[in-house]
Amino acid sequence: MLYKRKWPLLLFIVPGLLFMFVFLYIPFVENIKNSFFDMTAIIEMPGTKWKFIGLENYKKLFVDQDVKTAIFNSMKMMVLTVVFEVGIAFVLAVMVSQIKKLQQVFRTVYFFPVVISATAIGLLFKLFYNYDGGMLNQILEHFGKDAINWLSPELAFIMVCIPTLWSYIGFYFVILLTGLSDISDDIYEAASIDGCGHFKQVFHITLPLMKPVFFTCVTLALTGALKVFDLPWVMVPNGAPQGVTHFLGTYMYQVTFGLSNFDYGSTLAFLIVILGIVISRLVGLFTKEKEEGR
Amino acid sequence: MVTKRNKKIKPSRVIIYTVLILWAITTIFPFVWVIINSFKPSSEVLTSSFSLPKAFSGDNYITAFSRLNVLNAYKNSLLISCSVTAGVMVLSALMSFGLTRYQFKGKKMIQSLIIASLMFPVFSTIIPVFRMIVSWGLLNKNIAVILPQIAGNLSFATVVVTGFMQNVPIEMEEAAYMEGANVFQVFGRIIVPLCKPSLSTVAIFSFLWSYNDLFVQNIMIRDNTKFPISTLLQQISSLYGTDFGLMAASVAIIIIPVVIVYIFLQKNIVKGLTAGAIKG
Repeated sequence: MLYKRKWPLLLFIVPGLLFMFVFLYIPFVENIKNSFFDMTAIIEMPGTKWKFIGLENYKKLFVDQDVKTAIFNSMKMMVLTVVFEVGIAFVLAVMVSQIKKLQQVFRTVYFFPVVISATAIGLLFKLFYNYDGGMLNQILEHFGKDAINWLSPELAFIMVCIPTLWSYIGFYFVILLTGLSDISDDIYEAASIDGCGHFKQVFHITLPLMKPVFFTCVTLALTGALKVFDLPWVMVPNGAPQGVTHFLGTYMYQVTFGLSNFDYGSTLAFLIVILGIVISRLVGLFTKEKEEGR
Repeated sequence: MVTKRNKKIKPSRVIIYTVLILWAITTIFPFVWVIINSFKPSSEVLTSSFSLPKAFSGDNYITAFSRLNVLNAYKNSLLISCSVTAGVMVLSALMSFGLTRYQFKGKKMIQSLIIASLMFPVFSTIIPVFRMIVSWGLLNKNIAVILPQIAGNLSFATVVVTGFMQNVPIEMEEAAYMEGANVFQVFGRIIVPLCKPSLSTVAIFSFLWSYNDLFVQNIMIRDNTKFPISTLLQQISSLYGTDFGLMAASVAIIIIPVVIVYIFLQKNIVKGLTAGAIKG
C-alpha cells in the first residue's frame, strides 16, 4: 500500500540520523577514546601526536581533591532536590488539589521561575547576596544586625542550592498535580464514607497511588541535579570561594575550557555519564523491588 | 446553614490558602523586586531596595542598550533559538514519520539508539563537538551554537512526536492514497497538521532551552561582539557587577521578553515543558 515503497523512508530518517551521528553518537564515543590519550591541543596538529596514556586520567580521579568536592556536592545536591524540590512540590500539589478556586492561577505562578533562565536567576540572587548593600544584608541592617558574607566558604554551597531548588519546584509541582488529578474522586469519597480523614487519605490513598509519578519525578530530579551548570557558574564561577562549590558540571567545564586540559575534561564528562547511568539503574531497581513487594 | 458551612470549612482552608499565597509570593517577589530596582540609580538600590523608586529613571536601560549592545545580543539569541526550533521540528517530524509508518530492518536498533541518547548529558559530547566546530572554522558563529543544540533536543523531540504520531489513525492516509496522493503529500497535508499539538510542544521546549542555555553559548561564542543574551548578561555581571542598577536592568532585559511570551502562552508552555516527563 502507501508505505510499501521504501525509498522515501531514506529521506525521512537519514537527515535526523545523520545529525545524531555527527553531533551525538560519534562525539560520545570519541570523548571516551579521548580520555585515554594525552591531548596536547584540541586539534591534533601534525608533529604533536596525542600519546596513549591508558588509565592515567582515571587514576587521577582518585587523588584529585576537587573531584571529591565536586562529586560530594553533586550528591548533596541530588539529596536536596529529591527532598526539597519533589517534597515541597508534593505538599503544594496536594494543597492546590484541595481547593477549587485559583488552581490555574497557582499553576501559572508556581511554574513561572522554570521558564526563566538560570543565568538571570543566578544574577538576581547575586544581587540578593551581595555583601555591600545586597537585599539580605539590607534586611539585617534594618533589624540592627551585622552584615553577613552570604557567599563565604561555609555558606556558599547552601546559598547556591537555594535558588537552584527554588526555581524548579514549579516543574515537579505541575507533574505531581497532573498525577493527583488522575486519581478518581470515587476512591476519596469511599474512604471518607469509611471514616478516613483528609490527612489519613494522603497517606493511605494519595501516596501509594502516586508511586509511579513519584519515581518519574525522582529520576528527573536526580539526573537533573547531575547536570547543574548554569546557575552555579554564574553565581560562584570556578567553584568560588576556594573551589568549595564545584559541581561535576562546573568542574568539568573549568578543567576543559578554563585550564585547557581536554583529556582530563573528557574523563570527567565520562564520569558524569557513568554516574547518571548508575543512579537511574538504582532508582529502577528500587522501584521494581517496591512493586514486587506489594 | 450558611454559618455552619463557613465554620466547617474555614480553618483548614485558611491555612491552605495562606501557605499557597506565601509560596506564590516567593516565586513572584524576586522578579518584581528586580524590575522595580532597575528604575533606580545604584546608590538608591544599595540603601533602599524595598521602596518604590523616588523618581522612575530609565538611565540603566539607556546605559544597557547604548553601551552593551543588548539589541545585537537579542538578535543573535533569536536567530539561534528560532533556527534550533525550526531544525528540531522538521527533523523530528520527518524521523517520527519514518519510524511510525514504515516497517524496515534496523528499526528497533534506531529506536533504542534514540532512547540511549537521552542519557547523554551535554558534557559527554561537547569536547569532540567543540573540536569539530574549531576545525571547520565555525567558532564564534551562530551556527556553532545551533548545530549542537539541534542535536541535543532532537532525540527527546523525536520521542515526543513519535508517541503522538503512533496514535494518529492510518485510515485517512489510506484514503488519500486511494485518491492518488503520494507519500510526501500525505506527510505534508495530513500528518503534519494532525500532529500540531505535539509539534508545538517540541517548538516550545526547544526554543526555551535554547534561549536559556548558557553552557553551549559560553563554549562556542568567545567574541564579545557576537554574544547572545545569556553570555552577554554573564559578561555584564563580571564587568559591572558593582553597578546594581545596571545589573537589575540587565536581568530585567533578559526576563521581560520571556514574561510577555509566558503571559500569552502559559498553558501551552506549562504543558510543553512537562509533556515528556508525564509520558515518562
